[in-house]
Amino acid sequence: MLTLTINGAEHRLDVDPDMPLLWAIRDHAGLTGTKYGCGMSQCGACTVHLDGKAVRSCVTPVSAAAGKSVTTIEGLDSAAGRALQAAWEKLDVVQCGYCQSGQIMSAVDLLTRNPDPTDSDITTALSGNICRCGTYVRIRAAIKAASRALG
Amino acid sequence: MHNKETVMISRRLFLVKSMVAGAGLTLGMALPGCSREEAAQESLPEAGPGKAGGAVVAESHFAPNAFVRIGADDRVTVIIKHLEMGQGTYTGLATLVAEELDAAWSQIEVEGAPADANTYNNLFWGKLQGTGGSTAIANSYEQMRNAGAAARHMLVAAAARQWQVPAADIDVQDGVLRHAASGRQATFGTLAELAAQEAVPETVFLKDPEEFRLIGTRVPRKDSRAKVNGSALFTQDVQLPGMLTALVVHPPRFGARLKDFDASKAKQVPGVVEVVGIPAGVAVLANDFWSAKKGRDALQVEWDETDAFMLGSAELVAQYRALADTPGSSVRNDGDAGSALQSARQTLQTTLAFPYLAHAALEPMNCVMQRTPDGVEVWNGEQYQTPDQQAVAGVFGIAPEQVKINMLYAGGSFGRRANPHSDYLVETATIVKAIGGRAPVKLVRTREDDMRAGYYRPLYVHKIEAGLDAAGNPVAWHHRIVGQSIAADTAFEGALIKDGVDVTSVEGVSNLPYAIPNINVELHSPVHPVPVQWWRSVGSTHTAFAVETFIDRLAAAAGRDPVVFRRALLKAHPRHLGVMELAADKAGWGSPLAPARGRGIAVHESFNSYVAQVAEVTVHADKTFSVDRVVIAVDCGIAVNPDVVRAQMEGGMAFGLAAALNSELTLEQGRVVQSNFHDYRVLRIDEMPEVEVHIVTSTQPPTGVGEPATPVIAPAVANALSAATGQWFDRLPLQLSV
Ligand code: FES
Ligand code: FES
Repeated sequence: MLTLTINGAEHRLDVDPDMPLLWAIRDHAGLTGTKYGCGMSQCGACTVHLDGKAVRSCVTPVSAAAGKSVTTIEGLDSAAGRALQAAWEKLDVVQCGYCQSGQIMSAVDLLTRNPDPTDSDITTALSGNICRCGTYVRIRAAIKAASRALG
Repeated sequence: MHNKETVMISRRLFLVKSMVAGAGLTLGMALPGCSREEAAQESLPEAGPGKAGGAVVAESHFAPNAFVRIGADDRVTVIIKHLEMGQGTYTGLATLVAEELDAAWSQIEVEGAPADANTYNNLFWGKLQGTGGSTAIANSYEQMRNAGAAARHMLVAAAARQWQVPAADIDVQDGVLRHAASGRQATFGTLAELAAQEAVPETVFLKDPEEFRLIGTRVPRKDSRAKVNGSALFTQDVQLPGMLTALVVHPPRFGARLKDFDASKAKQVPGVVEVVGIPAGVAVLANDFWSAKKGRDALQVEWDETDAFMLGSAELVAQYRALADTPGSSVRNDGDAGSALQSARQTLQTTLAFPYLAHAALEPMNCVMQRTPDGVEVWNGEQYQTPDQQAVAGVFGIAPEQVKINMLYAGGSFGRRANPHSDYLVETATIVKAIGGRAPVKLVRTREDDMRAGYYRPLYVHKIEAGLDAAGNPVAWHHRIVGQSIAADTAFEGALIKDGVDVTSVEGVSNLPYAIPNINVELHSPVHPVPVQWWRSVGSTHTAFAVETFIDRLAAAAGRDPVVFRRALLKAHPRHLGVMELAADKAGWGSPLAPARGRGIAVHESFNSYVAQVAEVTVHADKTFSVDRVVIAVDCGIAVNPDVVRAQMEGGMAFGLAAALNSELTLEQGRVVQSNFHDYRVLRIDEMPEVEVHIVTSTQPPTGVGEPATPVIAPAVANALSAATGQWFDRLPLQLSV
């Protein structure tokens, strides 16, 4: 048994300690907003926050998250998170949507560390997140809009 | 608002019968399929496309046809027959209904239709429900507007009856009916029950384009909220009670067969429930993904490779090049290209190679299926509802109607989920059958499975020879294409293969728009077991590159500017010309560029839409390059939602740019080399250029936008690089010679 705190709620999970956090979140905690895209830290679809920092949950063993606080897209309620989700919706960033939880989680991490990012800061922070639908123009615009909204 | 008189006169009369009545009008009744969707919904998280926004629609009071349902709570549910895979079809089709219904956009909700070839077929495809070829808006344009207009007509009739006023004196705006003289008004919801008792109109009036208030404007996407808060439901997210997750080991080479397997170690992995042999390989079923994966890793499998395909991409290219030197099936033969080439002042020749490409949608292929007392139930982002229904029914020996399909969002597709063999659905069905249907099964493909289990854009070789006369005008074009047929041995063979020519292999060359008096196009379709499939923009993925880069070579040989050269040859094609001039103008064609920078243009028609792109590139000292800016002009008829059109131009271009820059799937001794995004590279944010989109104003009926931007970028970039370096390109992805 392993105890995980996800979005403030405790989950006692009977899982293999090697299991990537991604599958514990999806298959055992039942939170499916966090996506699987590659399983090898290439696409960013599985991005969650561990004690407030963005990690790729597909390569993070669940045991490494025990005792820490996990935030997923469903539990995002920081000012940066809300501003980014609002900007994403306002600019209709999404296409298929499959990558977007991960994109937003990476963007929240960026704005939390760096409230006024330059284009190159955005590129660096988001280059690990693939959008196969090619929504990058709008992702960039939404991050800037959220940054402005946050003042 | 127009005065009513004018509105009535200018509205065109449409027969509802031909467009909507086939749906089997069920007044005041819930639609077939709703009840089972609600039943399925019990075990599912909310907010799939079946219930956009997460709300279950209240008791349905008014369902004038198979596409519209209006509840007493004023909510209007639009039933969408096409798959939402990112292209915005849920928003676009709902806009068409809302326009003619005069509903408020905020009261519109969307719901995926159940599979039904009679009611929800693609009107361009006969009795087949499916999405593809950028047809969703085009085939639904009048059907969905008719559906909205019919509902409006009945609501107005109900109000007229209740208020005892002439129907012609009633106005409808934003979901409210008003009678100005008496000051009476009512919302859709309050009239829903009465409207259900009105006769379904045989004919309705549709608005003229100048009366549109939603079509042509930016209304927000219906799927945005659910996709930014994590609640949107994809196939990957479905959890059913007792469900098992299945991972399949596929053969290492195409055409190999299962010989034997030893599951003893796999079965020792905690969580693994069962291991079964199926036609596609061996399936490991477990309580969750991770156990299934560990179980599969522990499995030992032997393959019979007697009939396996053993060649590599390099051998295939060599074989195809040899074939390209021999005559093929005739595709088009205008004049006498052979003699014209002989008498030409100058001839140019090239041979081009295009690799296999994987679709690599971010959601790998997957499917959830359950045996039920009545048949089979499927949860999937379905792109070919009724062919898939038939294929699954075939596995179980049941009737297609016994296969119930629950529509979910698809995490991309780019053609992949429209598999003519229903490959991953059949795979899931064979697993469910192998375990005697005793548990629901979720088939999950890992990224590696998705990349290696087949279905690729075919590898192609093109050989082109063209001649110019003394004045620099092209007089002959001889073009041979070599590549596997996608339609061969599928249900689409009859429709797509004509006189031995798969039209999807040659589209873009067979209809070469340039005014050249002698044109000869030929095709070779070699047969081998590498599985191939349509990939966003299909034939144009290679033909646009071949044609548009060779046109630039001819322009250079003639000593003319690429835009000037094309302009002279496109006189008979005003829509090609229109987008070319618009893109060139907005991009500042002809204005000076810094050293080591280049500008290139390409123009191409696909799926009845016209796209031109101007790319600007910078060549770096280390012989790498970047694409800095892309200006896109599109003529897609009426842009139902200009913002969605823009999004599809941006994303479609980005999809093509990945193939221009990086993506390549190669075979070595029959094995797929690439496995994941580290070696099958797709576009990332650092490679995304600045993009500008310009939409040609049009009153023509809308045509597709999901695909037409994709094929244009590779030739635009190649032409820009040629302008910067003088080098010509004969393969994708593009590589500068050092
Ligand atoms: S699934 Fe974790 S980075 Fe792709
Ligand atoms: S929206 Fe489809 S992968 Fe990003």
